[in-house]
Amino acid sequence: MTTHDLPGTPIFDGGASRRGLHMNQLFMSLRSAANRERFTADEVAYCDDYRLTPEQRRAVLERDWQAMVDLGGSIFYIYKLAMMDGRSMQYLGGVFSGMTEDEFRAALIAGGRTDV
Amino acid sequence: MSEVIWGLATSHVPSIGAAMDHGKTQDPYWKPLFDGYQPARDWMAEHTPDVAIVVYNDHANGVDLEVVPTFAIGTADHYQVADEGWGPRPVPDVVGDPELSQHLVESLVDDGFDLTLFQDLDVDHGLTVPLSIYCPDPGEAWPCRVVPLLVNVIQYPQPTAARCYALGKAIGRALASYEPDVKVAIFGTGGMSHQLAGARAGFVNPEFDAMYLEAIQTDPERLAGLSREELIRMAGSEGIELIMWLIMRGAMNDEIRRVHETYHVPASNTAAALALFDNRVQ
Repeated sequence: MTTHDLPGTPIFDGGASRRGLHMNQLFMSLRSAANRERFTADEVAYCDDYRLTPEQRRAVLERDWQAMVDLGGSIFYIYKLAMMDGRSMQYLGGVFSGMTEDEFRAALIAGGRTDV
Repeated sequence: MSEVIWGLATSHVPSIGAAMDHGKTQDPYWKPLFDGYQPARDWMAEHTPDVAIVVYNDHANGVDLEVVPTFAIGTADHYQVADEGWGPRPVPDVVGDPELSQHLVESLVDDGFDLTLFQDLDVDHGLTVPLSIYCPDPGEAWPCRVVPLLVNVIQYPQPTAARCYALGKAIGRALASYEPDVKVAIFGTGGMSHQLAGARAGFVNPEFDAMYLEAIQTDPERLAGLSREELIRMAGSEGIELIMWLIMRGAMNDEIRRVHETYHVPASNTAAALALFDNRVQ
């Protein structure tokens, strides 16, 4: 088994990083308050500025978190968009693992998901 | 001559910093973790270093994906606390030690470790949360100078565990040849088991974590033999951060004394741990 064959475990490798570069750069830009304002004012135009692919653009605009990962997003970069929406890492964990945020949080408080 | 006085292995989860910044450390969710830190904090407060080498990874704050250095070191005299998207943490900026940085660069390059240099770097939670775990109330300034040492753990292929351990050994040799009479602490940060994305998000492996917590003191060679695949399978895709503990361990003596350890699940999505080691075993 190689690293890339682990079930349920996306690996952010060189190919993903190339595919996702522009989208990850968009997420990185959200560190600045001025950019956050500009993004909020016109998300479509902001995505166009960063030359996202149509699939990436849809994923960002529709907040399809799983698709962002599949299209080359790094979780640490994606998280910056989630924070703009007031979403926590527990919320994202729930999305990825098919749970509500409360269920995910409870699973961690119970000791984490030791059986996956 | 310089001397490594202690090493601290610790998780660097951002919410641990947020709990301190927002006065939540006595909330039921956080209290067990912070209670677990206290004996280590008390001991470290009695053993203040002149400078700390903090081995950590950036999380899309000081560095982005245009340049991905495998190993890098800060050479500045000052590091600003990063705005990670919700304003900088309310903690002091970091004072560097360019003289030690330059010595490390020269010694490590001569020793076969060709580090990338940062002359300008904003430091994120990967560095400031471990500093807060060491010193919760720094006031106007941290108690020591800091040399940031960055490792790519985000983009595959991360450096091997064996290479991290070897880098730590080389740092130990570099410090042994550093003439100023300074006391050095070294921080290995990240971990323990956790995975943020994928269907396995929320994965925690307490058996692996317990093994790693013990072996980092007693059998680091075993940990240095773990492959990337083994680390990601047993510690989760972000648990591979644990390779950074081996840089700390490599810089320390073969015989070290465990001052204190604590382990708690969860800190957000992560199994959090701290292990403090005294490098001066008589």
